[in-house]
Amino acid sequence: MSKRKVKDVHRPIGECITQVCINLFSCSFDFQTHNSLHLLELLRRSAIQGESNSVLIVGPRGAGKTMLLQCVLRDLLQEKEAQKNLLQVHLNGLLQTDDRIALKEITRQLNLENVVGDKVFVSVQTEYYEQILENKTAEKSPGDRSSSRPVLFVLDEFDLFAHHKNQTLLYNLFDVSQSAQTPIAVVGVTCRLDVLELLEKRVKSRFSHRQIHLLSSFGFSEYLQTVRTQLSLPDDFPDRGFAQDWNSSVQTLCEDKSVEEALQRHFNSSKDFRSLHMLLMLCLSRLSVSKPSIKPADLLDASRLCLCDAKANMLHGLSILELCLIIAMKHLNDVYEGEPFNLQMVHNEFKKFLQRKSNSMYNFEQPVVMKAFEHLQQLELIRPVDGSSAKTQREFQLMRLMLDHSQIMEALQKYPQCPTDVKQWAMSAFG
Amino acid sequence: MTALLKHPGYDEEKLRRVAEQLPCREVQAGLLLSLMGEPQQYSYPSIFIYGHRASGKSHVLHVLLKELELHHATVSCVECVSVALLFEQVLLSFFGCDAASLLPHSPSLSDFVRIYRQQRSQSPAKQTRYIVMEKAELLRDSDANLLPALLRLQELVEDNVTVILLSEIVWDKFRPNTGCFEPLLLHFPDYSKGELQQILSQDRHPSYSAEFYSSYINILLGVFYSVCRDLRELQHLAALNFSKFCEPLEEGKVKETDTHKLWRNIEPHLKKAMQTVYLREVSSLQWEQMQLMEEKEAGALRGLSAHTHVELPFYSKFLLIAAYLASYNPARTDKRFFLKHHGKIRKTNFLKKNEKTSNHLLGPKPFPLDRLLAIFYSVVDSRVAPTASIFSQISSLVTLQLLTQVSHDDQLDAPKYKCAVSLDFICAISRTVNFDIVKYLYDFL
Repeated sequence: MSKRKVKDVHRPIGECITQVCINLFSCSFDFQTHNSLHLLELLRRSAIQGESNSVLIVGPRGAGKTMLLQCVLRDLLQEKEAQKNLLQVHLNGLLQTDDRIALKEITRQLNLENVVGDKVFVSVQTEYYEQILENKTAEKSPGDRSSSRPVLFVLDEFDLFAHHKNQTLLYNLFDVSQSAQTPIAVVGVTCRLDVLELLEKRVKSRFSHRQIHLLSSFGFSEYLQTVRTQLSLPDDFPDRGFAQDWNSSVQTLCEDKSVEEALQRHFNSSKDFRSLHMLLMLCLSRLSVSKPSIKPADLLDASRLCLCDAKANMLHGLSILELCLIIAMKHLNDVYEGEPFNLQMVHNEFKKFLQRKSNSMYNFEQPVVMKAFEHLQQLELIRPVDGSSAKTQREFQLMRLMLDHSQIMEALQKYPQCPTDVKQWAMSAFG
Repeated sequence: MTALLKHPGYDEEKLRRVAEQLPCREVQAGLLLSLMGEPQQYSYPSIFIYGHRASGKSHVLHVLLKELELHHATVSCVECVSVALLFEQVLLSFFGCDAASLLPHSPSLSDFVRIYRQQRSQSPAKQTRYIVMEKAELLRDSDANLLPALLRLQELVEDNVTVILLSEIVWDKFRPNTGCFEPLLLHFPDYSKGELQQILSQDRHPSYSAEFYSSYINILLGVFYSVCRDLRELQHLAALNFSKFCEPLEEGKVKETDTHKLWRNIEPHLKKAMQTVYLREVSSLQWEQMQLMEEKEAGALRGLSAHTHVELPFYSKFLLIAAYLASYNPARTDKRFFLKHHGKIRKTNFLKKNEKTSNHLLGPKPFPLDRLLAIFYSVVDSRVAPTASIFSQISSLVTLQLLTQVSHDDQLDAPKYKCAVSLDFICAISRTVNFDIVKYLYDFL
């Protein structure tokens, strides 16, 4: 295998990270084609026939909502008439955090800054929206078309827009879509299933209640199929021979029993494709010139990296004193049934252990113990019950342990060179 | 040690230099490098790196980005008290000061993304741009939208940009409640004892042999390893105490190979260091001076916490004593302690207390002002008039943080207080006014 060919593999790797799904997802599932046809028809009616529409795309994170919208828009813009007519405004709830910013952004994206100028429309906002849209129309209307140009509003993170004051933006957009002549289509993208409950009554009544749900309703065999199609190289790959080798190696990879088990584990924990991408990305990053195909061991390693428990990792790096304090807290939790504790109690419990064991090795002073305790607090393994930290003395501040019983025991098993008496102390039911 | 990092697209010579600077972190650096891919490839939108303090998170990234000359902006979230500073820093290091000056007075995320897109279209990225955020846990306290937006910045600005978050805290504590784009999680494991030894042995003193220094490090780790695994702290302690370790050698008492005698000499010294320098009781400068003075015993100098003695007026002392008694004694025992003719209380009944709930374990309890004054009048022998000065002394004790006011709702009428001093402190105070406080404390009966 020549070096050039392998380099060719690398280029799609880099691109697949963000763009691999573009041509694969929308066509690989029936339910999505059904949805996309529905959406396409809707948007086409807005773009060409001048209907005003509103629709919500709802689905969990990583279910392909934005992907669906992008594919539909791409298809739509291939039509000449739509391409000529349609104006697009993309808003994101994360960026446009209040209505003033959103208005500015709308003005900017419609290229109206010079038209609107310094005029401030504060009092009656509906008029402002209408004016904006009218302006756009007016710009165009001296020409042959008497009807106005349709505008497509895409609201990403739609639920965040519902938290704006009085939901003015949403009200106005839906109101324009209901009443004014300017045809607009409002497409909301959200991950909250209860998004309609967030809307005010007047806003809700103006919304068309058309929803597209993207719920991933596929089984494991389809999941496995996706893995295969995701990893396969397309037919128009420059080096045909290498692509064939690669695809056959992917085929054998997917048939491997251990790989299938690992994928089943991932499938059981979540069905979304982003976590799958993360897994595949970790596998692909291990490729090199000397190792041009994915081996089952790579996937198992990547799977282990994805599924490892972060808190157990952190517990592994604690010093022995901090570990002892955590065990003391665990005992306090067992005895007092989850009541909060303070440093004095923990230290007391620790001292009891030292007395019984009469091993002076861990006989630390109170300030040293406090330093360890504060380190645990910094790592947020323990958390104060009430936030006000300045009010009480540090040693009497009530804390709660943020760890599970089983997490502690597991960490103790994995701890390097854990002293036997500490281990026994942790096992014993009575502190 | 030199398992060389290999990756196509980067200069071999540079990679060799990187590997030299990252002892015991080849695996992590290699993984990061493979995730970054070649410079012009897209990388994962956001990477979250967590690990303990001083496990080399910033160092590895810094060395990688610097040596390989990648386009990057390093931002410390401690410095960026407002998002404006954050945006300015990112734009400044990617596009120069012209772009940074485009930001309006109090920029929103929307402005940042707009300017970023503008600049990107003028100077498109040929390589991945990296934004490294240190101390990322502080992002949670700022604007709620900031963290989710940063995680999907690649999508928002449509540029080849990767955000790398560094934190000590696990990702589970970051996740916003409506979810977000999940970053790629990477763990930097703690250094094992052997690795610590290897790294610490690197900065040895040139006039001594390597074995000599590494045996010193071995002793140092033997004392401190059970308490502290922070590399930086250990480096500091190693540098501070080395001159003491060499002392017998310079005097000619022992040879370099006589490890046992050297150990005998240094071990008590290190134990003392744990109680002083490690807790910052004594500053490093003072510690060095103490080492120079032969006759003066290390630790004889009074540390920070030894200066607990506070000079207070006579009545303030008694007010504080009364507050301590009110905080740590249950109210039902006041009659027994402070009334001369308290009638008959059966001793067995009185002494029946729950062993588990000692007040010195649970901390101070709040008490009303009336109770404080009642105890105050009974512990002060002379007659005291409740003048304005007494009350102003109470409120000035609050401002000195010797007392804390518990409930804020009522400033004038029936305020509640807590005593916020330790037992040692109150014992010292009561000794100056010849008051035996232990006799009056319920816990010590």
